[in-house]
Amino acid sequence: MYRYDQFDERFVRERVAQFRAQVKRRLDGSLSDDEFKPLRLMNGLYLQLHAYMLRIAVPYGTLASRQLRQLALIADRYDRGYGHFTTRQNMQFNWAKLRDVPDILGLLADVEMHCIQTSGNCIRNVTADHFAGVAADELEDPRPTAELIRQWSSLHPEFSFLPRKFKIAVTGAEHDRAAVKVHDIGLRILRHPDTGETGYEVIVGGGLGRTPYVGKVVREFLPRRDLLAYLEAIVRVYNADGRRDNKFKARIKILVHEIGTEEFRRRVEEEFAQLDGPTINADPEEVARIAAYFAPPAYEKLPAKSNAYEAHRAANPAFATWADANVFPHRVPGYAALTISLKAIGEAPGDISSEQMRLVADLAEKYSFDELRVTHMQNVVLAHVRQADLFAVWQKLCEAGLATPNVGLITDIIACPGLDYCALATARSIPIAQALSKRFADQARQKEIGPLGIKISGCINACGHHHIGNIGILGLEKNGVENYQITLGGDATENAAIGGHLGPGIDAKDVPDAIERLVDVYLAQREDGEIFIDTVRRIGVTPFKEVFVAKTHAKSKEPENAVA
Amino acid sequence: MAQPKRVPLPAILLANDLLDGDVVFSTGNGWSRNPAEALIARDDAAADRLEAQAKADFAAQLVVDAYLVDVSIDAAGVPTPRHFRERFKTLGPSNRPDLGKQAQYASAHPH
Amino acid sequence: MPLLDRKGLKQNPFVRAEVVDETAGPNVIVPWAQVQAALAARAKDQQIGVDLPNNVAYGDVLALADQLALVTIDFPAFTDGRAFTLARRLRNNGFQGVLRARGNLIADQFPYAFACGFDEVEPSEAVYARQPEEQWLAAAGRITHTYQRNYGDAGNILDQRRAARLAKEQAHDK
Ligand code: SF4
Repeated sequence: MYRYDQFDERFVRERVAQFRAQVKRRLDGSLSDDEFKPLRLMNGLYLQLHAYMLRIAVPYGTLASRQLRQLALIADRYDRGYGHFTTRQNMQFNWAKLRDVPDILGLLADVEMHCIQTSGNCIRNVTADHFAGVAADELEDPRPTAELIRQWSSLHPEFSFLPRKFKIAVTGAEHDRAAVKVHDIGLRILRHPDTGETGYEVIVGGGLGRTPYVGKVVREFLPRRDLLAYLEAIVRVYNADGRRDNKFKARIKILVHEIGTEEFRRRVEEEFAQLDGPTINADPEEVARIAAYFAPPAYEKLPAKSNAYEAHRAANPAFATWADANVFPHRVPGYAALTISLKAIGEAPGDISSEQMRLVADLAEKYSFDELRVTHMQNVVLAHVRQADLFAVWQKLCEAGLATPNVGLITDIIACPGLDYCALATARSIPIAQALSKRFADQARQKEIGPLGIKISGCINACGHHHIGNIGILGLEKNGVENYQITLGGDATENAAIGGHLGPGIDAKDVPDAIERLVDVYLAQREDGEIFIDTVRRIGVTPFKEVFVAKTHAKSKEPENAVA
Repeated sequence: MAQPKRVPLPAILLANDLLDGDVVFSTGNGWSRNPAEALIARDDAAADRLEAQAKADFAAQLVVDAYLVDVSIDAAGVPTPRHFRERFKTLGPSNRPDLGKQAQYASAHPH
Repeated sequence: MPLLDRKGLKQNPFVRAEVVDETAGPNVIVPWAQVQAALAARAKDQQIGVDLPNNVAYGDVLALADQLALVTIDFPAFTDGRAFTLARRLRNNGFQGVLRARGNLIADQFPYAFACGFDEVEPSEAVYARQPEEQWLAAAGRITHTYQRNYGDAGNILDQRRAARLAKEQAHDK
């Protein structure tokens, strides 16, 4: 993975000193609260319901063992012994103190980490496919591109005060695991159909939130060398023309929608044509320098199938169940990528204790070339484990409560922090996830249901990506009570789709029953080989809606219960 | 303060400590982390005094995000915010009873 | 209002006026709406500057660029970054005159202003009262080099890496 050189190191150290000075200037009144707020946000520091929350960048989700150990140390020394992985592959600490943050940043800098642009109206942490360098369907590892963009976007002089936040995702695979179509900019690495040269498809104006849009292709093929100049052109057009009169209309998706893809493309291409590419773009040697850090690790030559692995599978059904759900094929013979589920039944999605962090770091060091990935599903991946080692890893995970065999299944629920932590929330998310996870805990039933993604957001900001959940749940407030809207048919993959509303919102206590009924419709109607989303696509939302609305209507005659 | 409309009384005033981020409650002449020690404003004059204190302590870089919250008062005289959002601020995360004020102060228990 | 450049506080030779005549002095800044009239009315040795809002079409400004000694761009709020882009577009398209950032920007944005092509900054009195000269100068030097090429930072990190690479190659060749 990428390592800092002397320039990166100095940059991050200077950034820590800068923030330390900003805190001091806030305390002595030089910076007003209104001025300090955007500055602290650009350093990942929020003021939440109970405390400050510090969001630490995990660039494109890649972590080294020593970095995760340092996060564990910070969790113990400055927080409450745990952290939370977000849907943007970052880590959040929920109990940070402003007075400690400069020191925490220093500890992060010690392991080549930072909090730069994990919030604020600027270019955010770049995300990428968590199976980068592993997946067989990959044309090119997206991480060098993501790292180049990370550097380019850091403390950008022109683009640090944009109309709104700006998110970029990169994928280099056929199957889109980075949700590039619902980002402000999505980049898909592809080969030119005629020349065979690799470049980027540039998708702009996707996004979730209040008005969800699937992004539009603005450039079908961008030569690799032009990347930074083209990004500069896009963000410049947005900075100049994006709406600033209404926070809810300020994302680039609204600009693209209002002026149309054609006009947007024209403006970008006009700007791009004016730019002197060679003075802006990284030269090929720099691109190669970065790419070299992502060269494949020193794999052993192994047979494609491990006998030891097969033997353990045969002898131990619990292990086989776990492996079926959590192991992803690796393109190198004899290896596997495994997902450590942070969705233990009844627990808060994405939370991990400092002890678990240390264990996972040790496992990565011993079994996976010292490297881990954070997924936007709020899980952790050990990307290169020998199949023969899977059993040993599983045993250690079992001891730590980290061997839940549910990746991609109905209890692998995405949930934002919601009203248990978040100051913007309108309702809680975590207890809904916990209740659903308990309801569907039965392993055989989960397997029977098959792949099904539930995503929960605690407000319209959609950090839990509810729009693109096969089943989406949005927490709102109605008459002083938490109320949940259910959507169906969303999809985060290359077939990106926004879910449709099923009907009026329901009470928290009714959510598990409602979801159960949806699952029943699917089980009753599915045809051979179909997974949940296939059935929804084939039969449409109506059969689900009928059941949902009939039941909800019956329910609404009962007196409404206030939240406990 | 040019507040469009004041919350119904009785009310308490809560804020976040600038340096620590903790939720703090106005006691009338200072700030407490214990919700049971919040001064309850039962009339406009008392609410005015709370807001004046909040304004002064915001200017003095002590607290941020101060606002009045309407409460109901139980038999023991303990105020509970009427809205569930602020109720969580006096308690802590509902999925972690071991954290936040609910773990720290006996009177701050879920109702 | 105070005026600062990289070296600190400086004299402001310009005065603001709605209309330009001989009494207006040698260096006059007029509002954007008055600029045509001012250019027509100015005396031979009078220098004309213009106060721009941050949302004018840069082409309209460029059309007059040769006749303008100074262009200032407003920051209605420090969170509104349009002035950075407008400055950058003027510079990218050949504007050679003095560029001044004006209004509610804060000391922490001083280096960004230079990087985007501004020469000087005229902050509001209210901001300057809290953030005096030394804070601006300190802010300018906090981050020695950034990653963006072609943003005025001759020692930007990418070019430094490139220079180091070339030096190494040359040493190798010898
Ligand atoms: S979706 Fe809303 S409640 Fe959830 S984390 Fe985002 S802002 Fe907070």
